[in-house]
Amino acid sequence: MEIGVCVKRVPQVGGRVVVTPDGQDVDTRMSGFAVSPHEECAVEEAVQLTEREGGRVTVLTLGPPQAAQQLRDMLALGAHQALLLETDEREWGPIATAAAIADAVTNRAAAGEPGFDLLLFGNESADTGGYQVAVRVAHALGLPCVTGIKALARTPGGIRASREYRGTQESYDLPLPAVVSVKEGINLPRYPSLPGRLRAKRAPVQVTTPQWQPEGLRKERLRLPSQARKQAEILGTGTGTGVDAVPALVALLDKLGMLP
Amino acid sequence: MTVLCLVEYDGAGMADPSRHALTLARDLAESAGGEVAAVLFTTGGADRPGAGSPAPDNAGPDRAAPEDASPDGAAPDGAAPDGAAPDGAAPDGAAPDGAAPDGAAPDGADPEDAATGLPSAVLGDLAACGVARAWAVRAGTGYAPAAWARGLAELAVTCAAAAVVAAATDRGSEVLAHLGAITGQPVAANAVSARFVSPGLCELTRHRWAGSLLEDATLEASLAIATVAADAGPARPAEKGADVAVQAFCPELADADLRVRAVESAEPAAGVSLATARVVVGGGRGVGGPEGFGVLEELAALLGGTVGVSRVVTSQGWRPHRQQVGQTGTKIAPELYLACGISGAIQHMAGCQGARHLVAVNTDPDAPIIARADYAVIGDLAQVLPALVAAIRARGAAG
Repeated sequence: MEIGVCVKRVPQVGGRVVVTPDGQDVDTRMSGFAVSPHEECAVEEAVQLTEREGGRVTVLTLGPPQAAQQLRDMLALGAHQALLLETDEREWGPIATAAAIADAVTNRAAAGEPGFDLLLFGNESADTGGYQVAVRVAHALGLPCVTGIKALARTPGGIRASREYRGTQESYDLPLPAVVSVKEGINLPRYPSLPGRLRAKRAPVQVTTPQWQPEGLRKERLRLPSQARKQAEILGTGTGTGVDAVPALVALLDKLGMLP
Repeated sequence: MTVLCLVEYDGAGMADPSRHALTLARDLAESAGGEVAAVLFTTGGADRPGAGSPAPDNAGPDRAAPEDASPDGAAPDGAAPDGAAPDGAAPDGAAPDGAAPDGAAPDGADPEDAATGLPSAVLGDLAACGVARAWAVRAGTGYAPAAWARGLAELAVTCAAAAVVAAATDRGSEVLAHLGAITGQPVAANAVSARFVSPGLCELTRHRWAGSLLEDATLEASLAIATVAADAGPARPAEKGADVAVQAFCPELADADLRVRAVESAEPAAGVSLATARVVVGGGRGVGGPEGFGVLEELAALLGGTVGVSRVVTSQGWRPHRQQVGQTGTKIAPELYLACGISGAIQHMAGCQGARHLVAVNTDPDAPIIARADYAVIGDLAQVLPALVAAIRARGAAG
């Protein structure tokens, strides 16, 4: 199988998000960058599929030149090829992003490379959470598409994709080629091996520069939700093992009506 | 001016997230002096005439056939809508998720409105939410995302809609993404508020980072499309319960619209569901390893709840992913969340913002979760939890 996986470079935020003073971006001076969690699972799923079925995994990302690092991270997990759709400083919306990815897929086929049997995405990016690039790419390429997938299996006619909906299991049979977005939990991504990391460091990353386009949904400013910073009531003395807090904790659970 | 709102439902009534979607739809409509029309897809029963067959061949600009179906007159037993909207009673949050709010379908028997194929319970819920108009759309059997989007796109043209909104559920997000692709319009995902400032121009606020960050944005589009975050604030009751006038609509579907559809449904394993549990006992890195969760399970069982975990726990393989609370796991809304050995990364906090009472047990008084908790025990969970279990057991034995 030829599988393309689209990933996004996002800030690694830990305990809190910090917004830049102009309210336009997340302050990333103190944070690293990573691939969104759902997408890391998409890469793992693709690598597992090619380990069983043969074929190659190509990772694509649209982002700044530094996003090549995230592509190398995915090569270290077992992807075979990497393509960077390089952008400038502007923020790319879902419509422009999907158009650029669809163009890259079309151009790749036009250049004589084998077409993708399967295009995988994460269900939504960790940062902007637009929930739509996979679907827009599918429409642009005229491919069947399903989102939010937690299990994927090869069938004689294509693939079977499954997810849960309000407590019941739903499955979809798709012919190939197809577009599927997956959620974390579909697998447990492996850690990169040392040989994998060394190979990824030297691997070529193909670069193209797609055309930006404006969109109807425009960010005005980012802000943190107003949640009063609580002053937690400390139970017990707040020192030692904490066992001295247990009577107060039991009394609290009783007051809240939680005890049997 | 019309705002269309996709409403998800089952025999027991409207899905809870759709109440939030209707609240935002109402705000959007009122900001432009318009009204909300609910859109419900009828997917089931091949025994129902029309359901499952392709669109009938009467394609004109007016394929909408009015069918008088006020819930009061049409409910089979005349009792279903009762109590759905007593004056001033809040239909929001009062009923637990999935419960039949009006007792119309207590045991899975879902009386259907004969004319529309919609359960009586959902018609009662719509009336309680102040919806006066609804469209019952037939788009084949089973759920087919592209077909639902095609139905919405055609309906938006038929009634000259200015906006289409849906709850940001798996289905709502998927269908509106298809709608955006079909119409070429932008989609604002996870909106928490929205209003028209002029025709074709909305101001809205939406979630980024699963709600840990807010984005104020403008949406300029001939059709404003938005999904509504499940935790967009309380769903507000409507001012009056009106009768719902339901019209049927049959979109013209292409084969491509129907090639992806749900083909199989199986009931999942039983047990306390993390998403709806009253008590969740959470465990994070501080639990130390897979062997440390026994006491959390024991405590959760004592309190009639279930165990939830942070992302590090599932990525280490200590516990299965279905137990993960967070941005990429399950969002919980328990009465009590007892978070043990969890530092409180935003990935995790995005999943437990809905908890009514948050109690943290952590060795680190400076952990981010302490600043978000109502109560905290500064201590070692490996010592505190066994002592807590023993104390609760001793209390039970004494009482």
